[in-house]
Amino acid sequence: MAEDRNRVSRRDVLRGAGAAAFLGSIAPALQAQAKAKVAKGIARGGPGAVEVGFTINGERRKLSIEPRVTLLDALRDRLELTGTKRVCDRGSCGACTVWVDGKTCNACMMLAIDAQGAVVTTIEGLANGDRLHPIQDAFIREDALQCGFCTPGMIMSCAALHERKLRENMDSSAAPYRLSLEEVKEAISGNLCRCGTYTHIFSACLGVGR
Amino acid sequence: MSKKKLRLGFEGKEKTVDVQVPDGTPDPWGTDAKLDVVGKDHTRVDGVLKVTGRAKYSYDVHPEAMIFAKLLRSPHAHARVVRVDLSRAKALKGVLYTEGQEGTVVHYPGQHVAGVAAETEEILDDALRLIHVEYEVLPHVVTVDAARAEGAPPVLERRNKNVFRERGRGDGDLDATEAAHKQADVVLERTYTTQIQTHSALETHGCVCEWKDGELTIWASTQGTFSVRDSMARALDVPQKKVRTITEHMGGGFGAKFGIRYWDRFCAKAAQMTGRPVRYLLDRKEEHLVGGNRPDSRQVCKFSAKKDGTLMGADVRSWGTAGTSARAAGVFNPGIYKFRATYKETYNVLTNTTEGRAFRAPRYPQGVFALEGMLDEIAEEIGMDPLELRKKNDVHSVRLAQYEVGAKQIGWERRNERPGSGKGPLKRGIGMASGLWHHTGRRGSAVRCRVDREGSVTLSNGAQDIGTGTRTILAVLGAEELGLQPQDITVRLGNTDDPPGPASGGSTTASTLGPAARDAAWQAKQVIREAVADARGGDAGKLDFKRGKVVGAPKDLSFQQACGLLGEAVETLGRWHKGRNYPRFEEKVAGCQFAEVEVDVETGHVQVLKIVAVQDCGRVIDPLLARSQINGGVIQGLSYALYEDRVMDPGTGDMLNANLLDYKIAGSREMPEIVSIPFTVSNGINSVGMSGLGEPPTVPTAGAIANAVHNAIGARVRSLPITPDRVLQALGVI
Repeated sequence: MAEDRNRVSRRDVLRGAGAAAFLGSIAPALQAQAKAKVAKGIARGGPGAVEVGFTINGERRKLSIEPRVTLLDALRDRLELTGTKRVCDRGSCGACTVWVDGKTCNACMMLAIDAQGAVVTTIEGLANGDRLHPIQDAFIREDALQCGFCTPGMIMSCAALHERKLRENMDSSAAPYRLSLEEVKEAISGNLCRCGTYTHIFSACLGVGR
Repeated sequence: MSKKKLRLGFEGKEKTVDVQVPDGTPDPWGTDAKLDVVGKDHTRVDGVLKVTGRAKYSYDVHPEAMIFAKLLRSPHAHARVVRVDLSRAKALKGVLYTEGQEGTVVHYPGQHVAGVAAETEEILDDALRLIHVEYEVLPHVVTVDAARAEGAPPVLERRNKNVFRERGRGDGDLDATEAAHKQADVVLERTYTTQIQTHSALETHGCVCEWKDGELTIWASTQGTFSVRDSMARALDVPQKKVRTITEHMGGGFGAKFGIRYWDRFCAKAAQMTGRPVRYLLDRKEEHLVGGNRPDSRQVCKFSAKKDGTLMGADVRSWGTAGTSARAAGVFNPGIYKFRATYKETYNVLTNTTEGRAFRAPRYPQGVFALEGMLDEIAEEIGMDPLELRKKNDVHSVRLAQYEVGAKQIGWERRNERPGSGKGPLKRGIGMASGLWHHTGRRGSAVRCRVDREGSVTLSNGAQDIGTGTRTILAVLGAEELGLQPQDITVRLGNTDDPPGPASGGSTTASTLGPAARDAAWQAKQVIREAVADARGGDAGKLDFKRGKVVGAPKDLSFQQACGLLGEAVETLGRWHKGRNYPRFEEKVAGCQFAEVEVDVETGHVQVLKIVAVQDCGRVIDPLLARSQINGGVIQGLSYALYEDRVMDPGTGDMLNANLLDYKIAGSREMPEIVSIPFTVSNGINSVGMSGLGEPPTVPTAGAIANAVHNAIGARVRSLPITPDRVLQALGVI
């Protein structure tokens, strides 16, 4: 999830709505968050369509969508970036993992309007032209996929770990990094696979960077 | 027909048989077959598509002007739908089609009562909220115990009872079993129970329907493209040739996705009525509620044996529910081992829950869990090593060899001779269990091979690759015949305009289409041979296709050069040939698994440390993919053994955990080390000697883990899933 605290995520809204039903005291907090958004110049409005713009896979895109549309649905149904999958739609499976401003994020738990101005990377944007990301190569080599439905989310999580490790190692030396099995398990602990590809994913990740 | 010798079996145990090979088909491969491509690791031919997000699944399809559909579902387990008021939904801008099921009776939570098609998913959500339904709530039962109780309300109005005896082959002989018990030294009576498991494929059920010029195209998430086409044609009363199913890639099925369901019909109808393409893919809650599940079981077992380990009698009475369906809740056991006599009574119990569906090796994991538990209990009772007991009563030559491989790999000698004797609160244990499955392959399927004059090769069939790797397996087999590499072959699957193929049930897709693909490629090779011999001289029959070359003519040719000698592109149709002429080495495929676990006896938490899975699937075509599939069976079995459980609330009749947080599926942190060992057996059966691998590796897992838990803690958990509270109960702590 993006770290910008001013953003109201869908999880906050859901949580807020639930809590409000019991406590009736959450409204001021939501109002405060909404005000913060206005202050940042983010489109406010609804329930009708609002304008939102972000960078996706290096390309500036503008959309006119209802504020309740998730980033996931915007990607899939409005931008035809269908590599990102909708599986649980509640942040419990990781199939919709994308990068927002360089951090992994469940696209089903973020409203598209909250991605205003953000830089979003999806599975379609990971390869450099025909040159696959090393993690993508490793997934093929180790057969870390079966039906392939969790694969885009798994790869975005694993590639994020890989990129982070590269950044951390950049200063110390150019030498390849080493991952522990624990780190890999942690990186995909939010990603579910039903076919049972986990162990091949472990070997794919551990084989990269050596 | 020509007579050939075929060597069957595996290293250390081979035999030669005579087979009749039909004319115009390739010679079958035996243990002595020299193969260049088959049997070596190959990566998936669709790997790049899947890792880049470019693979198109059914719900990635977005025809122009597509709209969205959804059904409103009953919150009640049993109710009369008195009134459905659609007026406010109809009045909403963007709503294009509605229907209501006024006057019907719903029999399970999640049964549809109304449906809407609308311009956007957001309007759809609004519209469903505007539908007012008046229910007359009726009494319900959602558990087997409640449905079996005296005075329980009938689940279905047209039936006056909830419990139905299922009869079939294998029911056995009660008198003989009782007599066997009398001659035995030990008789054990135990009850084992298993839970309901939902399939939870990551891609939910559903489809996109588009009508054009009176013809319907359905992009379906299905395990049976042809069964979708045929049942949709029947449902809509249109000829089959007016319906086409497309399933290019598929996000998992595991047995829940055959034929069409109500939502598919609704989708097709809404598309017809609105003249727009319509998409309906279930959300996660719907998937849990109505997608499908593995029935539960209560198995009352009475087993007996002699002191020397000879198994005598096995008597199993089982009850289970497949929801509103009075079938398919039976369990598979005893089956694997030889008993003097067996007897079974199986009861299907109706409940107000959604219908059970075939789930990866239907009946087997639950039956084998009880069977293998009973075997372990007998071994302990007579003071025998549990593996020795199995060896003594197993007659399957392949499994007997697998026991040695598995035992060595896990280090069987490290197990606790006295269960539970480990020191400290973290106790380790080792256990094992066996499995079996059927040799598969079906008539009525065909693979087309097209080779054009530039040397490009396409194999096509209308069936689906549900993620198992069928596409790659066909490429490997085509490549073997034509002396190419798998990536040189284009495999087109998942469009019913192509030749017929099987539904992916019973581990049958690859084992049906594989031999057919070989047959088709072999036929194409004969045509190329003739063309080369005609043009360049030499004996057509002696031309060999190896490493991209055609050798044996006066001068070697590349495969492309050879194809250039063709007058026109070659098209052949290969078939799966019936097994009459190919005797089997063994009647069933065999497997066994060994598990090592660590149990915290203070918290009851079970961590599986290692699983060794030794699995026969006939000839292994691509060991890399085979290992993936075995891993998958093991992981799903582990998830079933320890975590998954559909929880129904007896009071409200609703499912309490219809999401992926509360319905726990094993994740990365729960993963043990898995050693998957594909065990190659030249089995005969067809020209390739291959069998399916989808189901068998999930059969023994839960049994092996449960037995390992017992070995660790010295107490037996006879119910799945083996949760911490059950472990603590077994230990007598709570």
